[in-house]
Amino acid sequence: MTQLFLEQALNGLQFGLMLFLLAAGLTLVFGIMDCINLAHGSLYMVGAYLVAAAAQASGSFWIGLALGVGAAALLGLVLELTLFRQLYKRDHLSQVLATFALILIANEAVRMIWGAQPVMLNPPEALSGPVEIGGFFYPAYRLVIIAFGIAVAGLLYLLVAKSRVGMWVRAGASNREMTEALGINVQALFTVVFVFGAALCALAGGLLGPLLAVQVGMGESVLILAFVVIIIGGIGSIRGALVGSLIVGTVDTLGRALLPTLLRAILPADAAANLGPALASILIYLLMAGILFFKPQGLFPARA
Amino acid sequence: MAFYRPAPYQKPVVVALLLAMVFLPNLLTAFGQEFYIGLVTRMLIFALAASSLNLVLGFGGMFSLGHAAFFGTGAYVAAICMSSGISDALFVLPLAMTVAGLFALLVGAISLRTRGVYFIMITLAFGQMAYYLFVSARAWGGDDGLPLVGRMTFGGMSLSSDTAFFYAALACLALSILFLGRLAGARFGRVIQAIRENETRMEALGYPVFRYRLSCFVLGGALAGLAGALLANLTGLASPHLLQWTQSGTLLVMVIIGGVGYLYGGLVGALVLLMLEEVLAGFTLHWHIGLGLLLLGIVLFAPKGVAALFGKQHG
Repeated sequence: MTQLFLEQALNGLQFGLMLFLLAAGLTLVFGIMDCINLAHGSLYMVGAYLVAAAAQASGSFWIGLALGVGAAALLGLVLELTLFRQLYKRDHLSQVLATFALILIANEAVRMIWGAQPVMLNPPEALSGPVEIGGFFYPAYRLVIIAFGIAVAGLLYLLVAKSRVGMWVRAGASNREMTEALGINVQALFTVVFVFGAALCALAGGLLGPLLAVQVGMGESVLILAFVVIIIGGIGSIRGALVGSLIVGTVDTLGRALLPTLLRAILPADAAANLGPALASILIYLLMAGILFFKPQGLFPARA
Repeated sequence: MAFYRPAPYQKPVVVALLLAMVFLPNLLTAFGQEFYIGLVTRMLIFALAASSLNLVLGFGGMFSLGHAAFFGTGAYVAAICMSSGISDALFVLPLAMTVAGLFALLVGAISLRTRGVYFIMITLAFGQMAYYLFVSARAWGGDDGLPLVGRMTFGGMSLSSDTAFFYAALACLALSILFLGRLAGARFGRVIQAIRENETRMEALGYPVFRYRLSCFVLGGALAGLAGALLANLTGLASPHLLQWTQSGTLLVMVIIGGVGYLYGGLVGALVLLMLEEVLAGFTLHWHIGLGLLLLGIVLFAPKGVAALFGKQHG
């Protein structure tokens, strides 16, 4: 039981860190420009496809990852310059409609290029086996993802909390007009943030590719989770995104793994079998509702 | 924006359109195109669902991205009623509206504490919660959905023929539009539109803003439940995909195409979008791309929607 718990806790940590890569870019887009971007999940999907294609072409997972992330960043740059720049001044309705249209286009384009079947992305040969930690075996590749996630989260923290650009980003998130008045070019700053967010999306997509199927529609389900993370953490706050991601990742993973077993202990087997999966799948939404009920602005609101 | 008042020619046009609809089944049958009766019924039902969202979004100013949850809840209520042997529409439809409305009450009571982007995302998240709940509910068919063994009856009258069901859907839509039109002009409609325009002012004038918004949200949810119950009866299936957020997105697209805050916006948008789907799907398998590009074009070049081209809002 403790072994199962430990294993699932590690899975939760890994999932949470990947969610953070997605939520970090998204929360800044929301926070600084007050812009709804439903197509963030599509960047994740397209990024995963690009990584898979590049890995297949080059024969190496790592080269593929680097190329795919670079290509996704380029795509983000093009999108920001051509479309999103038009959307910032528009109302939320236009933003939702335009990014919803982007989802339709991205899904269909991916289906046209790579087909409707999921694309295989294999982890690097050296990491395909399990390693032994503290008495149980855990896939080496998942450990690498955790290391990657921690490294990127640390880097992002240093960038946002300690660097000058990060200071501008935080200032932009808490009060955009004032930041502009102080002479910061928020427009250029936002291009940087958007491109960075797109690259993080592709990184998450590429790293998760070998674990989940790379397929059309993979972006939508993860997008909603990233939203939940942002709501819980508070819009525009990187710290909130990190805490929210870890909460959502752990609660979701542990809930799915342990809740059915726990329910079986207190309920009749029949009711537990029906209720367990249902309750596990809505656990994070209940959590979100609970947090919002007491803190409508999320745990770490960027605009005080 | 200001208070809604339809342009003088709009009402006769819509009444004429609905009256013409009465003869549509005869016409289609005469030309041997009965297949299209089902399609038109689908359009009417989506017009009702989009109109209910337009009440919340256009008149109430609440940007909900979880409206499909109420739509799908209505569908499941209809399917569950049918599988427990209750088939009278006079019982099923009010029950579907009540359950969907109660669900909207719950979601609204929590979501309406937030504003702006938060509200959009929290309604979206609650919608997905309902979706996952139905996907994992094995007793109700899980991912496959809950099929209906037959169609509702209306006080002993069978609605199993497509034509009869068409008239039922038409009646529901016409009554709902009539109701929404009266509501928009009534005190309640004025108050929610005023809250949309200036919440602080209405609060200062002593209006219970939260209660008005919540009532509007619940009313929209109940009407969406009615549409969902009708759709489940039309297709013979209550599927969890009716609750998915992309469905909310589609309803939203309909409202925006038709015109946000225009009484007939939902009707126009649903007709335009579903017809467009039908036409584009005839040309290419990859019609989603065409639809996406078209939507982008609408956002960038016709931001006020199609209905706005034919009518205006007066102060």
